[in-house]
Amino acid sequence: MDRFSWANGLLEINETLVIQQRGVRLYDGDDKAKLEAGAVLLTTHRLIWRDVKNHECCISMPLSQIIFFEEQAAGIGKSAKIVIHLHPTPANKEPGPYQHSKYSYIKLSFKEHGQIEFYRRLSEEMTQRRWENTPASQPMPTGTSTQAGRTRAVGIVGIERKIEEKRKETDKNISEAFEDLSKLMVKAKEMVEVSRSIANKIKDKQGDITEDETIRFKSYLLSMGIANPVTRETHGSGTHYHMQLAKQLGDMLQAPLEERGGMMSLTEVYCLVNRARGMELLSPEDLLNACKMFESLKCLLRVFDSGVMVVQLQSHSEEEMIASALDNVTDKGSLTAEEFAKLLGLSVLLSKERLLLAEKMGHLCRDDSVEDTRQDFVVGTIYALRRVRTDDARSRAPRARSSAPLAQIFTDPGSHSQESSDFSKERLQWIGARGYARLDAEISDGGR
Amino acid sequence: MRRGVGAGAIAKKKLAEAKYKERGTVLAEDQIIQMSKQLETFKSHLEEFASKHKQEIRKNPQFRVQFQEMCATIGVDPLASGKGFWSEMLGVGDFYYELGVQIIEVCLALKHRNGGLITLDELHQRVLKGRGKYAQDVSQDDLVRAIKKLKVMGSGFGMIPVGGSYLVQSVPAELNMDHTVVLQLAEKKGYVTVSEIKESLKWEKERASHVLDHLLKEGLAWLDSQAAGEPQYWLPALFSELTSRDITPEEANQMTP
Repeated sequence: MDRFSWANGLLEINETLVIQQRGVRLYDGDDKAKLEAGAVLLTTHRLIWRDVKNHECCISMPLSQIIFFEEQAAGIGKSAKIVIHLHPTPANKEPGPYQHSKYSYIKLSFKEHGQIEFYRRLSEEMTQRRWENTPASQPMPTGTSTQAGRTRAVGIVGIERKIEEKRKETDKNISEAFEDLSKLMVKAKEMVEVSRSIANKIKDKQGDITEDETIRFKSYLLSMGIANPVTRETHGSGTHYHMQLAKQLGDMLQAPLEERGGMMSLTEVYCLVNRARGMELLSPEDLLNACKMFESLKCLLRVFDSGVMVVQLQSHSEEEMIASALDNVTDKGSLTAEEFAKLLGLSVLLSKERLLLAEKMGHLCRDDSVEDTRQDFVVGTIYALRRVRTDDARSRAPRARSSAPLAQIFTDPGSHSQESSDFSKERLQWIGARGYARLDAEISDGGR
Repeated sequence: MRRGVGAGAIAKKKLAEAKYKERGTVLAEDQIIQMSKQLETFKSHLEEFASKHKQEIRKNPQFRVQFQEMCATIGVDPLASGKGFWSEMLGVGDFYYELGVQIIEVCLALKHRNGGLITLDELHQRVLKGRGKYAQDVSQDDLVRAIKKLKVMGSGFGMIPVGGSYLVQSVPAELNMDHTVVLQLAEKKGYVTVSEIKESLKWEKERASHVLDHLLKEGLAWLDSQAAGEPQYWLPALFSELTSRDITPEEANQMTP
């Protein structure tokens, strides 16, 4: 640990951050260092460690100090570590947290994991040695020093021998695993070819296949993980398994759907179901295929224009959703998707879809402006209600609505009811110009 | 016309079989029966493999990558279904599907801040943190594969190449080439201005404004109109440890004038 120097944590010119990892504790050799809760940052030139609470406490070490490094696997109650062996301290090293150490290696203990990526990136940097090509603007003390040369050589030989042995052993295990894997893949490939041949025959109608046989074939494909577009066209991707799953899901989702206003996105369902299962989880495709088979059950799968997929209760009709959207917007005069989400207790994604649906049906109008708020942040789109104009706009109850799509006329901005105060003249023009074509004709009637 | 019923149909079928056997081709039905036997054999090979190397898959991300790539080469998707052999016997399924859940949760938790766009690095960090000390470590390749699977659920998951790594999108916002290029430009400093876009990409002001407005509307960018010079469009997804810090509400109250 005496190879580290105090640093300010800022990158030098030509120095780039490669990867950082939180939750890393430092060890001086085998002893825990006082530097226990921090993040380690790897740059093209240095290894930096910074305390998580006190950002002023920051130390660094040039990568040239590193001789080599190795992984130390996690154990019971022990985090995985990377052990880094270092050159002796150079004479011109800047002061750091340790004046002196009896060890020539340190350890990084990854309490929040991340050692795999870090090790990979560190290997890359140590191979590329980019600090040699583009020296950072401040001169870095390097790890070479002739005086320490001889002592270094002796220690290193032993260490290198140890790595070599370990590498050989790991290699042997891996290569056996890879060999077995290759053999397995050859057999799997045979299965793929057989299935292709069968699928082609089904397509060309060579021989009579019963429904049962087709279903069985599909379940074989499912087991092997083979996709088959031919059968999918004629019979869909679902199997008996998915049919059963659909029934289970239909029952299981009743209560959660009711709680969430009758609709949940497919990703919400995915998380809910898999969290409940704990094991033998469903793949996203399993879920999708099961939902496609809902048909005569209590829920259905629905895809919105945006591509968002939801599971919806049969009992929740489209009219109800649009009516509720209209009600809420009428109450408030105008609503953003976020506000609507809060009102209904829905996710922003789904509340937006409802408002879009109402817009599609001609009941709502969208004001797509970009607004500045007081904190200089930007708010999203606003959905506002189109008002029905009569000769006496003031007398008309603002909450009245008919079941037919509202007439596409705007209130005279000169008539000031509370709800229409949002509509300034500019906005009306803007909306008209944006291609809400039906408005143009009406607006030109006068009343602007 | 009903299939396979009655003496006439049986005779017809026998004739067809005979014809096919003459030519040396096998009927589809026979092949399906044959396949069922081959499947049993394959299953036992897989079981043997699993008993020897299941741990390797769990522990060694390199091995996982090799495994996935080999499967892809021969046309097999080991993650297609939880009911597949691969998933059941090697346990690969649960590993990736659970990761999928964790990825969705992290993205959802941060959406209010970054609009649904997050760097792969940050996602990786947060997923690791969420998994806790005693869970299996995951590599970025693992995350990428899990994300690819999430796409089928239509929630807008996708990956945008930026600055040597990726931005992970988790909302169905439409991002075309123009948007992507601006994101890439913003990657270095975490923000971008209209002038920078005009200079680097040689666009007109309207095109730059249009793209930036879209990013603002989707909640992916924040506008700093008080910046010296001209307004800056910041991307929360690109905020890094070195340039930003999470602060508590108390600290925030002390800092604002």
